[in-house]
Amino acid sequence: MSAIVQFENVGLRYGLDSETLSDVSFTLAGGGFYFLTGASGAGKTSLLKLLYLAQRPSRGVIRLFGEDVVTLPRKRLPGFRRRIGVVFQDFRLVPHLSAYDNIALPLRVAGMEEGEIDAPVTEMLGWVGLGDRGQARPATLSGGEQQRVAIARAVIGRPEILVADEPTGNVDADMARRLMTLFEALNRLGTTIVVATHDLPLIAQVSGAQMMRLDKGRLADPTGSLRYPPRQQGTE
Amino acid sequence: MVSRTDRRAAAAARHRLLPGGRVAGPMLWIIAIMMFLTVLAAAAGLGLGAAVRSMSADLAGRASVQVVEANPKQRDQLAARALTALRGADGVRAAAAVDPALLADQIRPWLGEEATSGDLPLPALIDVTLTPGDADAKVAQLRRLLGGLSPALRIEPHAAFLLPLAGLLSALGWLAAGVVLLMTLATGAVVVLAARGAHDSHRGTIEVLHLMGSTDVQIARLFQRRIGLDAMLGSALGFAFAAFVILLIGLRLSATGSELLGAVRLPPIGWAVLALLPVAGVMLATLAARWSVLRALGRAL
Repeated sequence: MSAIVQFENVGLRYGLDSETLSDVSFTLAGGGFYFLTGASGAGKTSLLKLLYLAQRPSRGVIRLFGEDVVTLPRKRLPGFRRRIGVVFQDFRLVPHLSAYDNIALPLRVAGMEEGEIDAPVTEMLGWVGLGDRGQARPATLSGGEQQRVAIARAVIGRPEILVADEPTGNVDADMARRLMTLFEALNRLGTTIVVATHDLPLIAQVSGAQMMRLDKGRLADPTGSLRYPPRQQGTE
Repeated sequence: MVSRTDRRAAAAARHRLLPGGRVAGPMLWIIAIMMFLTVLAAAAGLGLGAAVRSMSADLAGRASVQVVEANPKQRDQLAARALTALRGADGVRAAAAVDPALLADQIRPWLGEEATSGDLPLPALIDVTLTPGDADAKVAQLRRLLGGLSPALRIEPHAAFLLPLAGLLSALGWLAAGVVLLMTLATGAVVVLAARGAHDSHRGTIEVLHLMGSTDVQIARLFQRRIGLDAMLGSALGFAFAAFVILLIGLRLSATGSELLGAVRLPPIGWAVLALLPVAGVMLATLAARWSVLRALGRAL
């Protein structure tokens, strides 16, 4: 499969601090399923921010969908962002919108007609087990429910790349399994999935997924080659 | 084809992207107060301008001839000769002797009953209306003509009496125009500050919208619409109150019975200009909101 994401010697520095990410180079193939692991503070969230275009790197080259997005003019970024779904670690639900409207947000941003929005949003609400909570505001939802809304919002637009930062951090094991099943289903439809997680058993659930490990802002494998999940590594 | 219901639903969904209620706090009331003051200042400027124009038109073509002669018989003869000469002169449309009784009535409040006793010599007066054109040249020509008849004949153009007052009214009119300009600038500044405040307080929502692929223009539209609605309501309120006050002042001015104060009245075109002020206010607020939000968004990635 062709490369959908390419990082070449990417470095990221916030202000005058030392680099949060250093010399990060890797390639993700379109349609792949990738896990990003590493200890807290290793730079997982920073790397994901570069991936979903919330941040520009301090140095290096990032190519998304075959285009260099580091030098991309600002006005072209929205078009790229619409092709990427994001599950934020802190959910970032819009507090004054209902669960329904939060999930519908990417479709409305993309300009979908209102009449075409209801069916997919209702279906998605049902899928994440919130069929009867559509009109609830985020503040009235539990952490797990908020996370499910955030996931539904990220996947509803059928993005080409789905980036999820600790997507199962607040849900029980059963819901975590269901979410992974959803991600796998999306992956089978061609979406490239990138999930940052500490949850090693979760990684082991997804067959064929590959893993990157960050250590103090650097990819643990300096060659940038991707490893199979720990279970397979352990048997090597 | 998109149905009307669908469009309404889409618009309602877009409006929900920012929290309900007003985006910029007390901006509605600030705009209402500013519009109220702007309309009053503009009305003052327009009213005074109309008064100056009306006064100038009335006075520029008029003059008074005084016959300053103590002997009543000679005064009457001289007045009759002057009247005949004036009626036959170029540049004079009409000339009429002022009724001595009317003159006596007008000076009675100052001089008392003695004014009409005949003991006090009063000049005879002739009202002269000039033909349109260069009034100064015509008055100079008549001065020469009357000077040839008698040194007791003096001509005074009316414009000369009220020139300082017309100047004052004109200056007040310009001052009002300056106030309108300053109020416009202040309204723009208030909207910019309000839009910046609204942008800051909704930063989280804006960031999420950006990351989902919203363009700057899509986001700016949310703010400009909300601020535009606030401005529309505020402008309408301010204009309504100002119109009420202007009508009230107009009634009071008419009630004074003064010809001078009565000249300060708002012509229909003036009302049309005033009615345009709220429209201009809403446009200004909308554009200022759009400019300021786009500028703030441009600083983010």
